[in-house]
Amino acid sequence: MEFNDNKAIYLQITDLFFDEILMKKWNNGDRIPSVRELAINIEVNPNTVMRTYNYLQEKGIVFNKRGIGYFLADDAYKATLNLRKEEFIQQELPQIFKTMNLLDIKLKDLEILYNEHINKK
Amino acid sequence: MIKIEELEFYYKRKSELFQHLNVDLNEGKVYGILGHNGAGKTTLLKLIAGLLFPKSGKCSVNGFVPKERNPYFLQEIFYIPEEFEFPSTTIAKYIKTHSGFYPKFDMNIMDDLLNEFELSVSRKIHNLSFGQKKKLLIAFAVSTNCKILLMDEPTNGLDIPSKSKFRKVIASYFNDDRLFIISTHQVRDLDNILDTIIVIEKGEVIFNQTIEEIQNTLSFQKVKNLSEMDHVLFSEKEFGGFSVLAESKDFGETKIDIELLYKAINSNKETINEAFKNEHNN
Repeated sequence: MEFNDNKAIYLQITDLFFDEILMKKWNNGDRIPSVRELAINIEVNPNTVMRTYNYLQEKGIVFNKRGIGYFLADDAYKATLNLRKEEFIQQELPQIFKTMNLLDIKLKDLEILYNEHINKK
Repeated sequence: MIKIEELEFYYKRKSELFQHLNVDLNEGKVYGILGHNGAGKTTLLKLIAGLLFPKSGKCSVNGFVPKERNPYFLQEIFYIPEEFEFPSTTIAKYIKTHSGFYPKFDMNIMDDLLNEFELSVSRKIHNLSFGQKKKLLIAFAVSTNCKILLMDEPTNGLDIPSKSKFRKVIASYFNDDRLFIISTHQVRDLDNILDTIIVIEKGEVIFNQTIEEIQNTLSFQKVKNLSEMDHVLFSEKEFGGFSVLAESKDFGETKIDIELLYKAINSNKETINEAFKNEHNN
């Protein structure tokens, strides 16, 4: 795994989880890799991966069955969706608005581009 | 697990290397030791391993005094030097004659790692390249299941896939009961595998913080103009702007750029350490 983002590594691993969940590769209630498995796979210190798991546990997205392993919560998808939406609105959207202002792109222009994009799919 | 207090060491009396070295190292951590050439990184590893003796001061490792070289101490510590000599024999014979010193030696791990590093036990060690010998030593060291593993520039001489395998090996076999110390200049090879950064300069530990503390305290940013940012502690000009080290307050947790951190500590250790004190007091 390449870590190009400027975010802390444990948060980049969190984003990796979010992607898997939102793309429905991992579903509610699924068993997920152990801390050790993931650490080896992405060549990161297990303590760093543990931070990701603790963070996701706090957010109610994963839970630990003692002696068995980690699982996605029953409402992991919804919780992830809400969390990512909030993040998008607070962090990514202001950047987009800033660039739109700079390039003088109006909301109407954006609407046309958005519709084109949707229709292409 | 390792406690060093007021340790003094010199090779020649006139040029003291360590005068008042103080440092505590605990299990459950992978320490990265950074420092200029000649700062004393290798010497520190040798003092911990009992290969050099302090002139004065205390050095306690896993409850033992390394200088006494107690067998119970030696069976729980392994030192991978930067340069090494092997006896002229095969890998199989080397394992047979040396594994006996380590009661917890695990032949299954050794087989797995030799396989991983593409080394066959029938090979004669003196026919191996430097990198292959290093891989053999790393495989052996991990298989001993020692509590303390000291590694001096372990990624030097390793090819690109082997560096990746080395990181996987550390992630696989490191646990809460073990203490790994890696001395290195190749921070890019190892940055996600370390969880505490120690910097030595002129015989003193001038920086000792965990990755978590560093993330809470410092922010690593790239900006076009320095005027865009407040709380700048250190900056370096690069193509199209600046790499900046700032107090993290307003910027969130960022990926740590160990090279930038190292340069910042070398240019102004007081300012950097002050930031950690402030963060602690908040």
